[in-house]
Amino acid sequence: MKKTIITVVGKDSVGIIAKVCTYLANNSINILDISQTIVNGYFNMMMIVDTNESAKTVSDVSNELGQIGEEIGVLIQAQNEDIFNMMHRI
Amino acid sequence: MININEVIETNKMIAEMNLDVRTITLGISLLDCTATTLEEVKENIYHKITTTAKDLVKTGKEIEKEYGIPIVNKRISITPIALVGGPVCKTPHDFVEIAQVLDEAAKKVGVNFIGGYSALVNKGMTPADRMLIESIPEALATTERVCSSVNVGSTKTGINMDAVRLIGEKIKETAELTKENDGLGCAKFVVFTNAPDDNPFMAGAFHGVTEADKIINVGVSGPGVVKRALEKVRGESFEVLCETIKKTAFKVTRVGQLVAKEASKRLDIPFGIIDLSLAPTPAIGDSVGEILEEIGLEYAGAPGTTAALALLNDQVKKGGVMASSYVGGLSGAFIPVSEDQRMIDAVEAGALSLEKLEAMTCVCSVGLDMIAIPGKTSAATIAGIIADEMALGMVNQKTTAVRLIPAIGKDVGDTVEFGGLLGYAPIMPVNQFSCEAFVNRRGNIPAPIHSFKN
Repeated sequence: MKKTIITVVGKDSVGIIAKVCTYLANNSINILDISQTIVNGYFNMMMIVDTNESAKTVSDVSNELGQIGEEIGVLIQAQNEDIFNMMHRI
Repeated sequence: MININEVIETNKMIAEMNLDVRTITLGISLLDCTATTLEEVKENIYHKITTTAKDLVKTGKEIEKEYGIPIVNKRISITPIALVGGPVCKTPHDFVEIAQVLDEAAKKVGVNFIGGYSALVNKGMTPADRMLIESIPEALATTERVCSSVNVGSTKTGINMDAVRLIGEKIKETAELTKENDGLGCAKFVVFTNAPDDNPFMAGAFHGVTEADKIINVGVSGPGVVKRALEKVRGESFEVLCETIKKTAFKVTRVGQLVAKEASKRLDIPFGIIDLSLAPTPAIGDSVGEILEEIGLEYAGAPGTTAALALLNDQVKKGGVMASSYVGGLSGAFIPVSEDQRMIDAVEAGALSLEKLEAMTCVCSVGLDMIAIPGKTSAATIAGIIADEMALGMVNQKTTAVRLIPAIGKDVGDTVEFGGLLGYAPIMPVNQFSCEAFVNRRGNIPAPIHSFKN
């Protein structure tokens, strides 16, 4: 399964998760796991998603979520999971 | 499964600590570009480079986007041009025409540098090698993206002092021809001993004759990541210090390995090596000088600097080797002056001299790198500085290099300004005593006794 990691970093506000989830649902991207934490007062959320059924590439998802992030004032990124696996797993 | 703290750690390295992949360098053999006329050779070279590398920049950008990791440079290295152009070039100017074709090809495919306008003359020079060296000043002055290098020595062969003397003169000429840009031509030229065939870093990259037809080599970076990791272990023992550097180098290199494998797969070109180098840039927080300060020195250049750098270099290799399937190139910490803000500061504070830099090059990769010297420095003195550095490499069985920039019309106290990744540099004082009678001797310095291992 091709997994993508979506991260949201910024000031907490109403509806961030709703906006991201709506986008994912509209693009047939399945959410496998969600976790969140506060680091130095900033809201940090991570989603592990499955993009196999989606017509979009990781780069498309990253661009489009990035735009949604700009509209609501947070930084949203989508990255192929492999970069994290390579760095943190032997 | 990956957890949120690991994701935050990786993304912080990228966003706040300047973690990036410094270069994807596509090595291309031009040995099959030989023909009977110069025009045909030029045509073959242009065609081979522009077809082999047509997707390099695009693929690099796709990988950047998909993994969220910046890949700063996409570059090309080629077979040393003295070998490719040798059969058809009758004058140094013929070689310059090839340099101009390389420049056009680099522009066409969108890479910022192409390395390999080179000659390998560690034991002797063919007429083609000599013509190529003669042509370097004009080639570098009339092109934008071509990088040149000459290997003048090795542990197995000794040092070709005739080439060293000639290169001293050519460095001065290059500086003169590009004096309007503070001697920028010299920033694109390196002289080596024990030059590696698979180095992805400029200005010294070339595609050695022992390499395959095409290959992907990747250079990683990450001084900022090491510096930030060391902030957390201030005052701790050497054991803790070394473990921290090793673990950080491992993480940085793994990203390089991922990018290299991915680029290799997408371009359908074999993966060569990862170069485990700490490559600084002029950006704040991307400095090897800063790591040395964090290890415990007031400035790079203070007593203890050579030991601190030896330790740093060794731990980077130990962490990096485990992270990559194939390691090569220069692999070590780079200590360029102009490309590293804290090294510039150390020179300006009077902490770092040319002689101390020379000592530092005994324990790390490369050598005297991006150092501006007074424009009045004689060709013989430049040759003497090169000879010293080459001797260090020859005796210690390591790569050493020299990239000096004589700043025409400028002296100690002035600065030269290149901009971008090349930065700026204060002009450093050079020992004033003559070595002319030494460098004017003819012939080679023989290989050292410990090279006879057969």
